[in-house]
Amino acid sequence: MNSTEATTTSTVRDAAAARPRWQVLLIRPETMTLALLIGAIIVASNLSPFFSDLGFILESSTYYIEYALVALVLTLVIISGEIDLSPAAMMALSACVFAWCYQAGVPIELSMAASLVAGILMGLVNGILVIRFQLPSIIVTIGTLTLYRGLAQVLAGDRSIGKFPKWFNGIDYRLVFDVPVPVILFIVASIVLALVLGTTVVGRQIYQIGTSEVAARHAGIRVRRIKTGLFVLMGIVSSIAGLLTASRLASVRYDMATGGELQMVLMVMLGGTYIFGGRGTILGTFLASWLLVIIATGMTVANIAVTSQLIVMGLLLIVSIIATNAIYARTQR
Amino acid sequence: MFKKTLLAGLALSVAMISGVALAQDKVSIVYIPKNTGNPYFDSLVQGFVDACAELGCDFTTAAPATAEATSQIPFITAQTQRGVDVIAISPNSPDAMNQVLDRAREKGVLVLAVNGDLVDNYEHRDAAILPVDFTKTGPGQVELLGSMIGYEGEIAILSATTDAPDQNTWIAAMENSLATDPKYAKMNLVAKVYGDDEPQKSTTEAEALLQTYPNLKGIISPTTVGVAAAAQVIQSAGKAETVKLTGLGTPNQMRPFVKDGTVQAFQLWSPYNEGWLAAHFAVGLKNGTISNEVGSTFEVPNLGSITIGEHNVMNTQAELTTFDAANIDEFNF
Repeated sequence: MNSTEATTTSTVRDAAAARPRWQVLLIRPETMTLALLIGAIIVASNLSPFFSDLGFILESSTYYIEYALVALVLTLVIISGEIDLSPAAMMALSACVFAWCYQAGVPIELSMAASLVAGILMGLVNGILVIRFQLPSIIVTIGTLTLYRGLAQVLAGDRSIGKFPKWFNGIDYRLVFDVPVPVILFIVASIVLALVLGTTVVGRQIYQIGTSEVAARHAGIRVRRIKTGLFVLMGIVSSIAGLLTASRLASVRYDMATGGELQMVLMVMLGGTYIFGGRGTILGTFLASWLLVIIATGMTVANIAVTSQLIVMGLLLIVSIIATNAIYARTQR
Repeated sequence: MFKKTLLAGLALSVAMISGVALAQDKVSIVYIPKNTGNPYFDSLVQGFVDACAELGCDFTTAAPATAEATSQIPFITAQTQRGVDVIAISPNSPDAMNQVLDRAREKGVLVLAVNGDLVDNYEHRDAAILPVDFTKTGPGQVELLGSMIGYEGEIAILSATTDAPDQNTWIAAMENSLATDPKYAKMNLVAKVYGDDEPQKSTTEAEALLQTYPNLKGIISPTTVGVAAAAQVIQSAGKAETVKLTGLGTPNQMRPFVKDGTVQAFQLWSPYNEGWLAAHFAVGLKNGTISNEVGSTFEVPNLGSITIGEHNVMNTQAELTTFDAANIDEFNF
């Protein structure tokens, strides 16, 4: 059908021939992330004989999986053309709210609910500042990241709050089919968010907003509502990540997850999400999270100095951004 | 397509698995300092190295980039995975590592707190090697500064991180001495600031102290990074006559400041001896020649008889060593 049309109307047609299907499928940023992941596994296995132990890798992954969980939602935010740099601070403040309530005698279930409410409110503040007041999200969330961290310090002071009941502590050591609970949570969240982004109307709308917000608005997409919703979702997932961290450490301090926002952005970028919005996938962030886990764990167990680890991470980020840009520039033509 | 590459990668990585545990005839010890780039710990590491050369144990050291509360956790997990017999650690937090240390001990690893203890969390490590009786450190520092400023005037404290357990123990003891001993009634503690054991931040905090408190008479910096940074600031500002500085520093770092009169005297112990003692204790315990019981004693070359005290704590020396222009050239660390 198509080919006959092409021959008969060849005079009007000026578009290039469609790219072969294998190219469309294969030349994607996620392919690069997957290749890096496989490469990292091979290198790490060679660096140390102690690396190739799934139980150990899963145990070590729990130190990064809290960030990875937040990075999934951050992927949606970045695809929609915004950014949120405050999630690590939201983790800290919501966890401090939890610990403070618990210490004040509130039942632990209610304290956890209070932490979630705090997360929703913090996300809402970000959303309102960005959407209602039309401020750049990078500036707003740099501001709130400092504000939330400061409030956490006011609430918790300089000490750590702990002595939670036994059942609350150590969620990273509860295993379901030999997999730690936080990792299960991460995998489930990945599948759900990938389905939302890839198969639902809202998912398509998020891509459209990121590609062209003006066009999306004219097409009748409720841009403000969706973006505000994404910021609130950031608050919720940050609060969950904060509680996971509190359970893992069995204590809460205001400096929880300091600098975590950079790791989260690193995961999203390494996964091939386009920093200016409109492109990216949950699969990419999922693979990148494991890439980060493998690199950090592999180098630590091989006793490689941290300075070298930082250099590797930095180089990876630069390579991934260049590759992502090149691939998108290619496929855009 | 993805699946195929993934499978190929997995097959490859499985092929790499050697799964051979290293032959463990010798006792293997790893030491995890607070962070990298802290010269104080180099001397401590040397103590381990020399002791292991003599005793025939395997020794390695691995440190995180920052002294943040949770930064040592992945290192503990990785070293446990490596199958070491002994983890000696200078903890960055008194409680954030409780869970992961418990897991290491469940797997048969001997956990020693070195140079700093898990205050109030003693059950999460097997024993602690401390340089001196830490309850005397705070009052000793207050007395030394008091003698320099005539027991009168505004003083400030420049510490490490807000969570540093030793520093907080000493500061609490300093505050207690200042509040209860009539001798120090005219000494007024106006500020406690934290340089996070980073030279840059410590310098900024010290400069801010001089700016904010023009009547400041003295600074106590009970951390090697802080006292060196403060000495540099006082030297640059030319305020050696008006602001007296003391603290805990290493002779090599402080030598120029003592020689030019910026600092009259400071205190410390021998970190080298801590490494030396820790290695002897660990090997003795593993070989069954030492028992880890409160009250038991054992002989260590160059240190004499060591007694295991309350909470399984042992000290390398009885009193702090005071370094001044008269004796500093006798020390090299």
